[in-house]
Amino acid sequence: MAHTKVNKTIAEINERIRSGKAVVLNAEEMTEAVRTMGKEKAAKEVDVVTTGTFSPMCSSGLLFNIGQKEPPTIKTSKVTLNGVPAYAGLAAVDGYLGATEPREDDPLNKVYPGQFKYGGGNVIEDLVAGRTVSLRAEAYGTDCYPRKSYEKEITLADLPHAELFNPRNCYQNYNAAVNLTSRIVYTYMGPLKPNMRNVNFATAGCLSPLFNDPLFKTIGLGTRIFLGGGIGYVIGAGTQHVPNPKRNERGIPLSPAGTLELKGDLKQMEARYLRGLSFIGYGNTMSVGVGIPIPVLNEEIAWYTGVADSDIEMPVKDYGHDYPNGLPRVLQHCTYEELKSGEVEIMGKKVETVPMTSYPISLEIADKLKEWIQKGEFLLSEPVEKIPAW
Amino acid sequence: MTKEYRKNVHLTFPPTISGSPVICDLTKMFDLSFNILKAQITPRKEGHMTVEIMGTKENYQKGIEYLEKNRIVVTPVTQRISRDEDSCMHCGMCTAICPNGSLFVDREKRIVVFDIDRCTACGMCVRVCPVNAMHVDAENGMI
Ligand code: SF4
Ligand code: SF4
Repeated sequence: MAHTKVNKTIAEINERIRSGKAVVLNAEEMTEAVRTMGKEKAAKEVDVVTTGTFSPMCSSGLLFNIGQKEPPTIKTSKVTLNGVPAYAGLAAVDGYLGATEPREDDPLNKVYPGQFKYGGGNVIEDLVAGRTVSLRAEAYGTDCYPRKSYEKEITLADLPHAELFNPRNCYQNYNAAVNLTSRIVYTYMGPLKPNMRNVNFATAGCLSPLFNDPLFKTIGLGTRIFLGGGIGYVIGAGTQHVPNPKRNERGIPLSPAGTLELKGDLKQMEARYLRGLSFIGYGNTMSVGVGIPIPVLNEEIAWYTGVADSDIEMPVKDYGHDYPNGLPRVLQHCTYEELKSGEVEIMGKKVETVPMTSYPISLEIADKLKEWIQKGEFLLSEPVEKIPAW
Repeated sequence: MTKEYRKNVHLTFPPTISGSPVICDLTKMFDLSFNILKAQITPRKEGHMTVEIMGTKENYQKGIEYLEKNRIVVTPVTQRISRDEDSCMHCGMCTAICPNGSLFVDREKRIVVFDIDRCTACGMCVRVCPVNAMHVDAENGMI
């Protein structure tokens, strides 16, 4: 690593957290701190920067075990929760429920645009909120697991094991979406009016975790985080992780790049930070609240955490024709600062901007994590393996 | 021109009256502007219209009296759409489709504001909100 004037270790920072002396700022405050006092002073004064995001994250789900509470035993081969199918091709009573799985009897897009009223994300929200969910399981029966069906009204407390297990969260940068065709389209980026009358974008900007550590210098396998209101962990790079995108001078990728795989105990979580979503015409998904602490080990990390909304350049893509046809065309880049202003100019036309990420809840998450650390309830962990990025 | 007063109303026309000329009189006689939000004729030839009327409060009252004199039944649209404040997560998705800016992002506070006075109860946000925070409170004037 390059020579730095300030050098702290995670162990030292944890010592300060334990003694209640750690200086913790949320990522928005840190941007201001680095701007006014410079990276070196900021690195000396600030120990931890807390980030936060609350965005739709489709690649999320619940890994669960239903136990063998009522013999005879069962090896489930088909499982539904409130009518939403879960994957049961695991050991006897394990299952995985994906956030985007619609209910078995959902009319989908048969009446277009479909409403997708209830899906996997809603089941997860219901469980976390303490609501009763109806479990149905079928099995073919074996000598060791003779039972062929099981039905029960359950709550989260009845599940011996329930873990949020998200293969891909926290996308580092993402497309801003427009529609250049002449009919409205309903996408996972929300509804897009014809002839580019709105541009939808999803990120928490300078609060977003992976913009504050664009080269994964502190975030790695084993990083302890805020996940859905409880404690979770980064367990590696997420699916579709791109280690080597084109980057600007601040290391911010110019296209969707880094991603994280996350897990955490669902029983500690709060429904406020895990919301099942119904995207008209697209399907079911879930908003996941994630907050990642960044230890300010030196002035280089301080500089990265000083990222401002104007440093974040998002690619604008056409979701009317290009995206569904796999065409890579980027119409242009817009900064997050421009996008949050309410109107941007794209290809010479003024376009209304529409956010998809809740900024108030993203900030609330960063502040909650900050509070945990200030109270000494949350210590930073040393990652045990790096996530590739260059 | 002072057009500070703004109301959404449902109008029901008996089969013998055609709506448009009477509505246009509102502009000519009382300096009121209007937006037709919905219009429909039933099989029994009864006409239904939801309109947003703007002008001074005084002229609005006079205009409504004029419509009623012409045997048009006027029912105000009252708070037909509401937002569940506990459920709304202030994402902003609904602002993409609200046709008149009743749902908009407050750029300073970064929250989504619901201005019920501007809302024409078109129902678009009810279909689009991903957490079902916008509700139709069925009252009068369902067409
Ligand atoms: S789409 Fe729904 S949750 Fe999002 S801001 Fe609008 S009302 Fe609130
Ligand atoms: S019903 Fe919803 S979309 Fe329609 S005007 Fe009112 S707030 Fe806007």
